Amino acid sequence: MSIFVDQGTRLVVQGITGRDGSFHARQMLAYGTPVVAGVTPGKGGQRFEDKVPIFNTVAEAAAATGANASVIYVPARFAVDAIFEAADAGILLVVCISEGVPVLDMTRVMPYLAQRSARLVGPNCPGIITPGVAKVGIIPGQICAPGAVGVVSRSGTLTYEVVYQLTRAGLGQTTCVGIGGDPIIGTTFIDCLAAFEADPATRAVVMIGEIGGTDEQKAAEFVTAHMKKPVVGFIAGQTAPPGRRMGHAGAIISGSSGTAAEKIAAFERAGIAVMKRPADVVPLVQSRL
Amino acid sequence: MNLHEYQARELLARAGIPVAPGIVAATPADARRAMERLGVPKAVVKAQVHAGGRGKAGGVKLAESPEQVERVASQILGMKIKGLTVTKVLVVPAAEIASEAYAGVIVDRVSRSPVLMVSPAGGIDIEEVAATTPEKIFRATVDARYGLLPHQAMALGFRLYGDLALVRQAADILQKLYLAFVDAGASLAEINPLVVTPGGEVVALDAKIVVDDNELERRPAIAALRDVALEDPAEVQARDANLTYIKLDGNVGCCVNGAGLAMATMDLVKYYGGEPANFLDIGGSSNPDKVVTALKIITSDPKVKAILFNIFGGITRCDDVANGIVAATRQFKVDRPIVIRLTGTNEKEAVKILEGVGMRALTDMDAAVEQAVKVARGGAAA
Repeated sequence: MSIFVDQGTRLVVQGITGRDGSFHARQMLAYGTPVVAGVTPGKGGQRFEDKVPIFNTVAEAAAATGANASVIYVPARFAVDAIFEAADAGILLVVCISEGVPVLDMTRVMPYLAQRSARLVGPNCPGIITPGVAKVGIIPGQICAPGAVGVVSRSGTLTYEVVYQLTRAGLGQTTCVGIGGDPIIGTTFIDCLAAFEADPATRAVVMIGEIGGTDEQKAAEFVTAHMKKPVVGFIAGQTAPPGRRMGHAGAIISGSSGTAAEKIAAFERAGIAVMKRPADVVPLVQSRL
Repeated sequence: MNLHEYQARELLARAGIPVAPGIVAATPADARRAMERLGVPKAVVKAQVHAGGRGKAGGVKLAESPEQVERVASQILGMKIKGLTVTKVLVVPAAEIASEAYAGVIVDRVSRSPVLMVSPAGGIDIEEVAATTPEKIFRATVDARYGLLPHQAMALGFRLYGDLALVRQAADILQKLYLAFVDAGASLAEINPLVVTPGGEVVALDAKIVVDDNELERRPAIAALRDVALEDPAEVQARDANLTYIKLDGNVGCCVNGAGLAMATMDLVKYYGGEPANFLDIGGSSNPDKVVTALKIITSDPKVKAILFNIFGGITRCDDVANGIVAATRQFKVDRPIVIRLTGTNEKEAVKILEGVGMRALTDMDAAVEQAVKVARGGAAA
């Protein structure tokens, strides 16, 4: 079992002929992901790698192939319309990899999606992988392995680091979700925690947060109120200075709020085992399985 | 990106908000002429820097004659506030104020919406008001598809004033503030203080706008407002090369791919008893040139005693990074020891490239960080 991505996933790649889209579409296919369609306006009727049909619109792709999930690799200035388009086509899972989406655009996207059935993951995220089944996004397949640990993270390469350490220690994953580092994102820690709690195959959850905002604190409250499964957590940015955007648009300490110390304290109050460094993930998860 | 006060005032004035007059000056003589043009008996000279606490640092001063303005301006121009040199001052009339309020728009992460905020307790630090007397702050959550609705603006106006004429003026200003916020692609736009003049006019006295960096590509006019002279030159150089660099005070220079991993690497340096010299994210799709620039920037910091690479290859290819390190050592003298950790995409090729020039790469993050900290302390070279 898994969350969000499983054997039933039928994926359409928005921007499949672009530089990033084509590279990662090949990687996803090589991993065994059911990539059923691609979309690039003006290239409808062609085929990607001689097999995946390309359409001009997501609606056409969904109608012709039964695609139920999409992944977006288009440049930031087209990304918001790509999200709207996927939602309008009835796609249920929309994963936006694109980085640089203006936050005001996201304030228009979220109420729109609330009236439709699509779940958005991202933007500015590495996507989702259900090891051994399918990957939607850019997480390297070879660092993951099937298993019983759910992973949710705001980061990209830091997620890879933690997942890699888990895999090397023989701790496979049900699903790894990179939710993205922007201030407004479609799927939050709480959405993922709730899904992992409900997934019978997941026996422990690793949550990787960072400075900025209050999502981790809210997630900690959710853990206290609703979770029986053990949770192990990490917060990046303990040495980050206030008021500076640490790469991610959302990773900024404003005034005295959003600090690592505040988030770690919230984790500890919720009984979440706190990793002092990425390598701690292995003993902390092992002792809780 | 932070705008200067005078730039923010200009944007608000252009949106139709009554803004108290003010003239920006780059020399003491210009400041004197500014006061003469304003034709007021008293003026305030304000340093234009992106730093809080200007007043406390001596960057805001009252003057009662054009001569005094010139003298005060010559003290403020060239002074350093939080490391930033003041190159411009704003000269404004010293206002007679009946009351001070606050009005601002932010993007609220929790409601995922723009939120308008007003407080009758303006003039001072609004964060402090929020922390100590949150009941004095009133909010309206905006559905960004429709914008700030007139009734929302009126309701907030009634929170500020009892007099209907003032309420209407305030509501009009809030509507225009919201539009200016959207037009600028801002993540924050605020008027603090918003004052009532003795004549009964509601006027913005001071303004602040922070623009979302992701908006700059589609708003060249806003992007052109960037004042590079006031930024750390190394950070400007990094941005031009599509790197994110933030200087810190330690001695372990860090070069990492990905923001989360970069922060975790800095934290691990601290964990092993060292101090990171910087945050540096070389970003996703790597090319060797970026790595060369990164090394130039890191080595330009004289405090750096060791350079730590932590690369987890995904989109970033380890061989690109290795080629960049080798290219840098050929282009200029990298006179500090380098500790390299890389794993992931094209790791084997990278190791071969580095071994070809007698360099070694580690695969474990903890081992690399521990070693870099030791080297920075003057231990064995890598």
